[in-house]
Amino acid sequence: MASSTEPARSPSPDSAPSGAPGTLLSAADVARVVDRMAHQLIERAASLAPGADDGGLSDLVLVGIPTRGAPLARRLAARIEAFSGTAVDVGTADITLYRDDLRLRGVRALEPTVLPDAGIDDRLVVLVDDVLFSGRSVRAALDALRDLGRPRGVQLAVLVDRGHRELPIKADFVGKNVPTSRSQQVKVHLTEVDGTDEVLVTEERDKS
Amino acid sequence: MTTYLITGSRPYGGDATDILIADGRITAVGDSLSAPGAEVVDAAGLIALPGLVDLHTHLREPGREDAETVETGSRAAALGGFTAVHAMANTDPVADTAGVVEQVWRLGEQAGLVDVVPVGAVTVGLRGERLAELGAMADSAARVRVFSDDGLCVSDPALMRRALEYVKAFDGVVAQHAEEPRLTAGAQMHEGDRSARLGLTGWPAAAEEAIIARDVLLAGHVGARLHVCHVSTAGSVELLRWAKARGVQVTAEVTPHHLLLTDACAESYDPVFKVNPPLRTDEDVAALRQGLADGTIDAVATDHAPHAVEDKESEWAQARPGMLGLEQALSVVVETMVETGLLDWAGVADRMSVRPAAIGRLAGHGRPLAVGEPANLLLLDPAHRAPVDPAALASRSRNSPYAGRELPGRVVATFLRGTPTVLDGKATR
Amino acid sequence: MKRHLLESADLDRSDATLVLDTAAQIEQALAGREVKKLPTLRGRTVVNLFYEDSTRTRISFELAAKRLSADVINFSAKGSSVSKGESLKDTALTLEAMGSDAIVVRHGASGAPHRLANWVRGSVVNAGDGTHEHPTQALLDAYTIRRRLGRLDGVRVVLVGDVLHSRVARSNVWLLHTLGAEVTVVAPPTLLPVGVGSWPVEVGYDLDAVLPKAGVVMMLRVQAERMNASFFPSAREYSRRYGLDARRMAALSDDAIVMHPGPMNRGMEIAAEVADSVRSTIVEQVGNGVSVRMAVLYLLLGGNEPA
Repeated sequence: MASSTEPARSPSPDSAPSGAPGTLLSAADVARVVDRMAHQLIERAASLAPGADDGGLSDLVLVGIPTRGAPLARRLAARIEAFSGTAVDVGTADITLYRDDLRLRGVRALEPTVLPDAGIDDRLVVLVDDVLFSGRSVRAALDALRDLGRPRGVQLAVLVDRGHRELPIKADFVGKNVPTSRSQQVKVHLTEVDGTDEVLVTEERDKS
Repeated sequence: MTTYLITGSRPYGGDATDILIADGRITAVGDSLSAPGAEVVDAAGLIALPGLVDLHTHLREPGREDAETVETGSRAAALGGFTAVHAMANTDPVADTAGVVEQVWRLGEQAGLVDVVPVGAVTVGLRGERLAELGAMADSAARVRVFSDDGLCVSDPALMRRALEYVKAFDGVVAQHAEEPRLTAGAQMHEGDRSARLGLTGWPAAAEEAIIARDVLLAGHVGARLHVCHVSTAGSVELLRWAKARGVQVTAEVTPHHLLLTDACAESYDPVFKVNPPLRTDEDVAALRQGLADGTIDAVATDHAPHAVEDKESEWAQARPGMLGLEQALSVVVETMVETGLLDWAGVADRMSVRPAAIGRLAGHGRPLAVGEPANLLLLDPAHRAPVDPAALASRSRNSPYAGRELPGRVVATFLRGTPTVLDGKATR
Repeated sequence: MKRHLLESADLDRSDATLVLDTAAQIEQALAGREVKKLPTLRGRTVVNLFYEDSTRTRISFELAAKRLSADVINFSAKGSSVSKGESLKDTALTLEAMGSDAIVVRHGASGAPHRLANWVRGSVVNAGDGTHEHPTQALLDAYTIRRRLGRLDGVRVVLVGDVLHSRVARSNVWLLHTLGAEVTVVAPPTLLPVGVGSWPVEVGYDLDAVLPKAGVVMMLRVQAERMNASFFPSAREYSRRYGLDARRMAALSDDAIVMHPGPMNRGMEIAAEVADSVRSTIVEQVGNGVSVRMAVLYLLLGGNEPA
């Protein structure tokens, strides 16, 4: 495992981290990034619903993409409520059955799909995921949303954007842009799933 | 006729010696024989045994020449070390008249690889209703002495009694396929733990044992000879032991596959393991080996049952029962009886040659390897071990249950009345 | 998961739990949705190869495959090349040549799906073979029990009826055992296989003795024709000794449920007032069958390279 004692470092855009793997975001970094994203979401909701009493927040639905997008969406909702005093709806949408790469990745256990009671019709859905890479998860999530209802708009929030898009997909809210090489892996660890908060960049172990 | 000098073989596994064959007979046995002009067969390290005799084969001709013919079956037999095989009567037409048994006998003569001895049907058309013309078959050129409805049981006790009595007139024997048909309707495999799990209709051991119990009582009552085909259960061995102790003239055979394989084979649902009577349990296998070792079971008989591919490459229930046996019989006996220490080589000769020849009343077979005797013998390489390749078999069919299994022993040569039918492990014709 | 689902023993405890969990997630994902269809198996072909008539099982598999967007071909043995004598192997090779990724097979011969699995590269799902097994029925039964009672571990399940000829019984015995349930089989001794003693079950002949402790009573279909082969003297005697009627139902604990794989012989093994009672899960079982079969098809086909 990469040493977590190494000092956190932020690679510059033109020098993707190579060689020694390291911690990209510490627990404190993750908290700060989530807070910033929560503020951005509040601003965006307000700008889309000028003059609304609740700053447009009741219109908002955060839909996490399992596994780590789900707790991330719940954290964002909690921070939004802390900053604005308004609760926002949260849901999860498992996209496994919508993936186009099952044949390559193999089947996996499904996770719940839970939508707020008010549904997503005619609301602003923000998909939440941990890492944006090829864009295929987001495409699958968009397909899933289409079957789940008809939102007024869909936006995308990710903790880390590591580049290498294979589809014309762009995030609306990015916690951290991290240029990487394809051979690297970005690992997001969240307390709810992994027992700790951190983001790591590692060299991929040989594929077998 | 060519004279053969077999050098260095070990008769019955004993000391190495030479055997000289001329004019169809063994003319000398001893060390350092010389015979100018004789063809020398180097048999160093090989075991010499009398030619094997099979009481039970299905050569399928006439009727199913796509599965086997008398000629291809004869070749398989010779390669297995046999010099005489009995051909069962369930052909199409059934061998229930002098005409059919003579036809089969002549086909065997033409093939010239083993003595093909036809078995006559007990009842007309194997229907179990009335006796076939047993005397006519006995008097025919085929000189039938063994009568059997094999494949089917002579289940009517009155008819069985009459058959047992009737064949006494020409020293015949009824070979019973012991299966009470009312207990085996739709049966697919041995009835027990595995059939319960596999959902295949069970063939209870009691269906075999009930008929054997009945028939030994009948044979004892009328003073006739009875032979029991393919004994498959521990209970049957017990019944035979009891009957022999009482002096009943009963003999019995066991197949190689019942000495080696169990109902566990059915778990694959591969019908190559479907056979009648079915493969039984480990306990039955142990009892059969013991029964063969102590002589309660007299003989090993193959029940060689070739089937065309389409009759086996199917669902289990749709497949026909039966498996090949001739070419691997001796190897299986080596593995199950010799390598386990249950039989020595003389014992193998007794159970696979001497006793079956006696049961079938075959003069000239089952004779000792001694000067003056007919030169029916085989040479076996006991050290050879190889996996069985069904594609390499001489039989026209491929339904060997031993496919891929490594077995010991290889028949290097077989002589029928002084003429090699197999040399260097290959049939000579 | 193995490539095929031929019998309950193909599933270990974690596999079986995965199937049930996946079925639950699928059911929940589709609940209340207008579009009851997922794109998961788009471009895959599932063949329903049915040598026996079984409309309910075939429709259940068909619906499951279609809800996962697979192409479905129904191949009924009647009126096809099979009735003209084509062998199972030739049929299998033909279907594979046409590009089937999975074959769902119902066959009257025990072990036919095992044979099929030797001949094709795609997945084979046993939809009932002779008197051997019917594993997806057992999965949907387990799913139904877990939904109703909240668990399987330690649940006392009583199977009643023609165990000897029942593929449903065999599949349930092994699967429920794998999942930790305690199974008792109750039948006249003629309708229990010789060898039942080697199964991981209690064996009983007296239905009344086991009912008070049962959490689940699963009634098996009994064909009245069995009495012609002396498995029991008469339908009336069978029903009296082994049928589940209102009187016997009253002996059950409050939360015990009554199951039947269908089709039922009302009045024979189960009385109408029992079949229609709140304890009965019979209709629910049918609905759960679709979710469970979707889970099976997803888990077998989702991750594999196409054949």
